Amino acid sequence: MEFFIISTLNGISYGLLLFMLSSGLTLIFSMMGVLNFAHASFYMLGAYVGYSVAQVLGFWPALVVAPLVVGALGAAFERYCLRRVHKFGHVPELLITFGLTYVVLELVQLIWGRIAIEFKPPAALQGPAFTLINDAVAGLRMVWGAAPGEMCAGADPALRAVCSPFPATRAFMVLVALTMLASIWLLLTRTRVGLVIQAALTHPEAVESLGHNVPRVLMLVFGAGAALAGLAGVIGGSTFLTEPSMAATVGSIIFVVVVVGGMGSLSGAFLASLLIGTIQTFAVAFDYSLSGLLQSLGLAAGAGTLMTMKLSQVAPILPYLFLVLILIFRPKGLLGSREG
Amino acid sequence: MSPTNNTSFGALALELRDVRKSFGKTEIIRGTSLSVRAGERVAIIGPNGAGKSTLFNLISGRMPATSGSILLNGQNIQGKKPFEINRLGLSRSFQITNIFPKLSVFENLRCSVLYSLGYGYTFLKFLVDLDDANARAQELMELIGLDKKRDVVALNLTYAEQRALEVGITIAGGANVILLDEPTAGMSKSETTRFIALIKQVTEGKTLLTVEHDMGVVFGLADRIAVLVYGEVIAFDTPDAVRASARVQEAYLGSSVADAQVGASEQGH
Amino acid sequence: MNRWNARIGSLRLWAVFAALMLLAPKVFNSGLSVTMLSQMGVAIVACLSYNMLLGQGGMLSFGHAVYTGLGAFVSIHALNMYSGSGVLPVSLVPVVGGLAGMAFAALFGYVTTRKSGTTFAMITLGMAELVFAMSLMVPEFFGGEGGVSGNRMAGPATWGITFGPANQVYYLIAVYTLVCVVLMYAFTQTPLGRLLNAVRDNPERVEFIGYNPQRVRYTAFIIAGFFAGISGGLGALNFEIVNAEVVGAARSGGYLLFTFLGGATFFFGPIIGAVLMVLAFVLLSEFTQAWLLYLGLVFMVMVMVAPGGIASLIMLNVRVSRYGKLRALLPAYGLMAAAAVAPLLAATALVEMVYHRQLNASMGTQVAFFGMGLDTGSAGCWLAIGAVLVVGGWTFTLAQRRFAVHWDLAQEAIERETQRAGGAL
Repeated sequence: MEFFIISTLNGISYGLLLFMLSSGLTLIFSMMGVLNFAHASFYMLGAYVGYSVAQVLGFWPALVVAPLVVGALGAAFERYCLRRVHKFGHVPELLITFGLTYVVLELVQLIWGRIAIEFKPPAALQGPAFTLINDAVAGLRMVWGAAPGEMCAGADPALRAVCSPFPATRAFMVLVALTMLASIWLLLTRTRVGLVIQAALTHPEAVESLGHNVPRVLMLVFGAGAALAGLAGVIGGSTFLTEPSMAATVGSIIFVVVVVGGMGSLSGAFLASLLIGTIQTFAVAFDYSLSGLLQSLGLAAGAGTLMTMKLSQVAPILPYLFLVLILIFRPKGLLGSREG
Repeated sequence: MSPTNNTSFGALALELRDVRKSFGKTEIIRGTSLSVRAGERVAIIGPNGAGKSTLFNLISGRMPATSGSILLNGQNIQGKKPFEINRLGLSRSFQITNIFPKLSVFENLRCSVLYSLGYGYTFLKFLVDLDDANARAQELMELIGLDKKRDVVALNLTYAEQRALEVGITIAGGANVILLDEPTAGMSKSETTRFIALIKQVTEGKTLLTVEHDMGVVFGLADRIAVLVYGEVIAFDTPDAVRASARVQEAYLGSSVADAQVGASEQGH
Repeated sequence: MNRWNARIGSLRLWAVFAALMLLAPKVFNSGLSVTMLSQMGVAIVACLSYNMLLGQGGMLSFGHAVYTGLGAFVSIHALNMYSGSGVLPVSLVPVVGGLAGMAFAALFGYVTTRKSGTTFAMITLGMAELVFAMSLMVPEFFGGEGGVSGNRMAGPATWGITFGPANQVYYLIAVYTLVCVVLMYAFTQTPLGRLLNAVRDNPERVEFIGYNPQRVRYTAFIIAGFFAGISGGLGALNFEIVNAEVVGAARSGGYLLFTFLGGATFFFGPIIGAVLMVLAFVLLSEFTQAWLLYLGLVFMVMVMVAPGGIASLIMLNVRVSRYGKLRALLPAYGLMAAAAVAPLLAATALVEMVYHRQLNASMGTQVAFFGMGLDTGSAGCWLAIGAVLVVGGWTFTLAQRRFAVHWDLAQEAIERETQRAGGAL
């Protein structure tokens, strides 16, 4: 039971991280029509810059400084590179962000090296946020912070206590993501800028003809998207691993998320992020395999790697399988309304 | 300009029966019914936002109707894809010029005749060997007056030339029901006159449905006029009858009709 | 006009191309050169098949390596299983690869080509990741970590050709390359080829001339998959080993990068791109550790300045020379080229120095640069090169502006002439 709760929470936190990234991507795509291939690169930059700033100023200032730095870099890229390409159409825009991924990857490796770096979360976030303890006597209960050693080790073997901690970093991730989500929602629905962006999400040409498509706004939107990715990077980098391949791994998944959710749909991205986040988290934890399933059904066990492969090993491809299924049965995406 | 005798037209080429279209909660087309006979020329007029382009989009399959039925030559085409409708004999042009910008004039036209000549999706024949396609494309080019611009890339043509090319593409496949969406939009007076003569020539014997704003064009070209206001057809009759209709005057034509009537009476009509 | 010109292109040009391929290994006859030439042949077929999608069809694919790679895997398995006994002649192995590529394109393409534009690009990315991730899960087919190896000397040797020596493989690849290039050019002169262009330009209009744009894209996708598979098969024979990286994102990215760099808007652009790709991967990576950075930067500049690629730059100048205006531009060109040398050298020197400090600091402070030794420890050295960069960059901007003025004048003159001639070309 506690396994289920913790796994769900893990899945939700991962899904929210994916949403932090895919929301920025969707906003940029909806407002500017350009799919920012380098969005995951901004995520990576956020992690690395956050690491460096944290070395000097500490984690909490880094949480603010790193996104600002990444946002500024994003805005500069928009101003000096992306803008020049705008007149050539959407494909060249995508291509220049594609080229940027190579450049960012090389620069990151140049400055910080090719191996993973240890981006430790601050002391306050180390350890569990809370621990679920399940023992034979008292059943399921929760303890804030870490559970005392003797409760879990169980001096009394009859107690059979199982302790499942939920990391504080993950809890923090959920907190930041939800705060970000709430802020975006408030921004979009309560402010004038937000109304313009909302309109642009469904009718970009109309907004353009109303004169709102000022280059400055675009630069700020792109910078804001990059900053959001950078923020996600600080959190993701300190919770998971900070290494040069982090951009590639999460990059393809967020593209899957936006397609599955429906290109240009924020709510679709939200739904798809949570879905894919939870499915992957659960899959990694399970050890079932196709041949095991057959055996349990009383059929002969299959041989060969495909049959004996455990679900946990298949976990990495699940998002892509999901993508293919969605494309076959619901090509517009879960909540898509605009044809991408 | 007296309209041709109504009885000389054939069976129903295009029929709309209580067609409705809503976008969310807003109903744009509200129960439109229209019957166009084969060989007839019908003009659709109406104020901006009346739903004329939407109606075209419904007929040509670009978007599905919310309810009602649309019949082409007696066959229900509701829900069919645009290319299926096109193969059944309906072709259309667009308000915003819709050609193949990076292909030459000749290539634009040649592509448009391929399906009607039965060439399908083949990659086992060479374009240069398709004598019938090449001849027909040449013929079309001369018809629309662009034969001197054979190899010019379409986006380098003048606006009027592009509109002419668009008409050429529209009639290329031999469709017998032609929809023209504001063909003379953005043209000068002289260009318009020449263009209308071209349209008359190329749609000889075909059923024509056109959306137009230029009243001179409408009254000179159409056998019947349909007046679309807020998604409903409030009149569908000969030009004279429409011109005289009080309801139409009130809803749409306003002072321009009053002037026309004054002008007509001064000529002793 | 000779009809064959309009069918498969200029026979004279193909003859020249064939002659070049015939003579190349005689001129560049070192072992490395011959391997590189073979790789160029493989890459040419791959990039041209990719451009069928990108340049001709407007379909931006991030997963073309799936089809070249799967073609390679099927080829090497076929080689291992059927060539030893002589059932499948080694020279026909690439055709098997082509058929495999075609089959996979038919399978995956059905789902992939349902959408177009940006969504299509994302789908190809997802499918590429799917296949690559699966490559680690099915070692029976993908050979696990070590890949699958084969022996191209299998089977009876007809006319004494064993395909053991690099030269023999090269000529096999050259023949396939020539045939594939001609076939792919011929495709552009068929109804489907032209409809593919129409779908690229205006898919909606295509519907209103009676064709289903999705089916056009799907059919073209399958044909491109066929040629991609042939390229994979040729590569399998060349290296005699195939591992999972042939279906990887890096390779797909490479096809995209270099096809675009060579020029997606002209038929011969990808050929240039393919040659550059092999030169970059094999040679450039040996000379400098910063080659990926250079690649990314050059690519970005190309997108901003010349999105039609090198081919478009060539053709622009061909057009200018056809009107007789090129000679007048040469002085301005020369000045601009000369002015570009200094800042480019300075910039690359700085990059090399930074890379050296970061990655090779243990090897001392000196880095070799075009025969000179640059001291990364000396501040004076840095400042001097920095100064060259700034001054040189400023001079280049001046020269470039002067050139732009002359270029615009030439363009205006050409415009006037074409107007007089009635607008054709």
